[in-house]
Amino acid sequence: MEIPRHWRLKKQRYALVGEVCPHCDAKIFPPRDVCPECNGEAKTPYAFSGRGEVYSHTTVYNPPAGFQDSAPYTVAMIKLAEGPVVTAQLTDLGDQAVEIGMPVEMVTRKLRSDGDERGLLVYGYKFRPLELHQVAAAD
Amino acid sequence: MLAPMVSGQAHLGALIADFAGMRGIEAYTTEAAGASGGAALRAGYLAVKSGFVDTVLVVGVEKFTDKVGDEIESAMATSLDSDYEAVQGLTPVSQAALLMRRYLHEYEVPRAAFGIFPLIAHVNGANNRYAMFQKAIRPEIYNGAGMVSDPLNMFDAAPDADGAAAVILTRADLLPASQSYPRVRIAGSSVSTDTLALHDRPDPLDFRAARLSVERAKYQAGIELSQIDFFELFDAYSIFAALSLEAAGFTERGQGWNEPVPLPIATMGGLKARGNPWGATGVYQAVEAVLQLRGQAGESQIPGAKFGLTQCLGGPASTAITNIFERID
Repeated sequence: MEIPRHWRLKKQRYALVGEVCPHCDAKIFPPRDVCPECNGEAKTPYAFSGRGEVYSHTTVYNPPAGFQDSAPYTVAMIKLAEGPVVTAQLTDLGDQAVEIGMPVEMVTRKLRSDGDERGLLVYGYKFRPLELHQVAAAD
Repeated sequence: MLAPMVSGQAHLGALIADFAGMRGIEAYTTEAAGASGGAALRAGYLAVKSGFVDTVLVVGVEKFTDKVGDEIESAMATSLDSDYEAVQGLTPVSQAALLMRRYLHEYEVPRAAFGIFPLIAHVNGANNRYAMFQKAIRPEIYNGAGMVSDPLNMFDAAPDADGAAAVILTRADLLPASQSYPRVRIAGSSVSTDTLALHDRPDPLDFRAARLSVERAKYQAGIELSQIDFFELFDAYSIFAALSLEAAGFTERGQGWNEPVPLPIATMGGLKARGNPWGATGVYQAVEAVLQLRGQAGESQIPGAKFGLTQCLGGPASTAITNIFERID
């Protein structure tokens, strides 16, 4: 694994920093400097709240290298409150069944290892269920 | 597509030219994930069509089985968005499962409905001696299959396989006088792209690139959908088959799973029964379309077939390559 590459993405991985379009106010994640809504230049940083809901989900039983320790694990598409959708693992589920529309929030967790090659771990965002009283407070 | 990762060997163009006894000729590799073979066909087509090149040999090849388990999963996952999908442990099959779950949710489709695609593929594969699986399956087999990445089961996913296929493209005036087969031409050809990451699309259930490439290929060929006799679609996953039928316009959105399927598909077994040799798949499809149009498809022959549509996809239609083949009488 490549340390500089993961380091370059630390703002996205640790804090969900994307961009906001100065022309049409679209929220953009991941940052791409060009607004996918209006094609205008969009370089203004924007930190997402980390709140969202499950758009779709599945379970990975046959993981790629670096993910063996956590398999089987749940991967979901999360529709963020501000609009964009991200792909991320769900965590802290306990016995809770996952459903489309389930409210979730971002947390920072270990994503993968390099199989003891150099001991490198990649951390980043996952999402966990939001408790009902938290949903009410967020509203 | 996988050779650099699975075999530690890039640069296959020069390698194959050398060992095929054609050292010195122009040769190179094209890469577009699961659509790599279609990209090679497209490059060959453009070369001949432009007049720069007289004759092209298009070779699709994949050696898959030298690696297993997490190593092959990692190699396949390079077709995803590395920074925002693969880093989360997503794999191509689980990406397809995300699509399938959403489809079932939005359109309230009975889960068992997707069995129509592997059932058709296996019936047709039984007549193809080059197919990986040459045996029909019963609906009970599909419904009882083990889960691979829920809701996607083992029969929703085509088997990854080793394989190779080749076609020769040339101008009509260069055909030898002894050539006795009915001639087949590429009447329409188109490549379109979409976001690599599924989550970056405004509507993930719209295979936009597949739709655009079919529209453009049809426009070039000057034909309507109703003139197409069969569709070699990209059934790497049964959900892809449904979305491809919808994108091409053969059915309405949300109806791709409905029986009967509106035209013959996967006539030689498709990816599901013939096998999915990734980078070679697009070339297999071309070979199968040509066999159909020449009347050499054996038990699977579609009588009098005139136009055949082929489409291969890289990822969930992040690349879509569509060709219309026509028999010239």
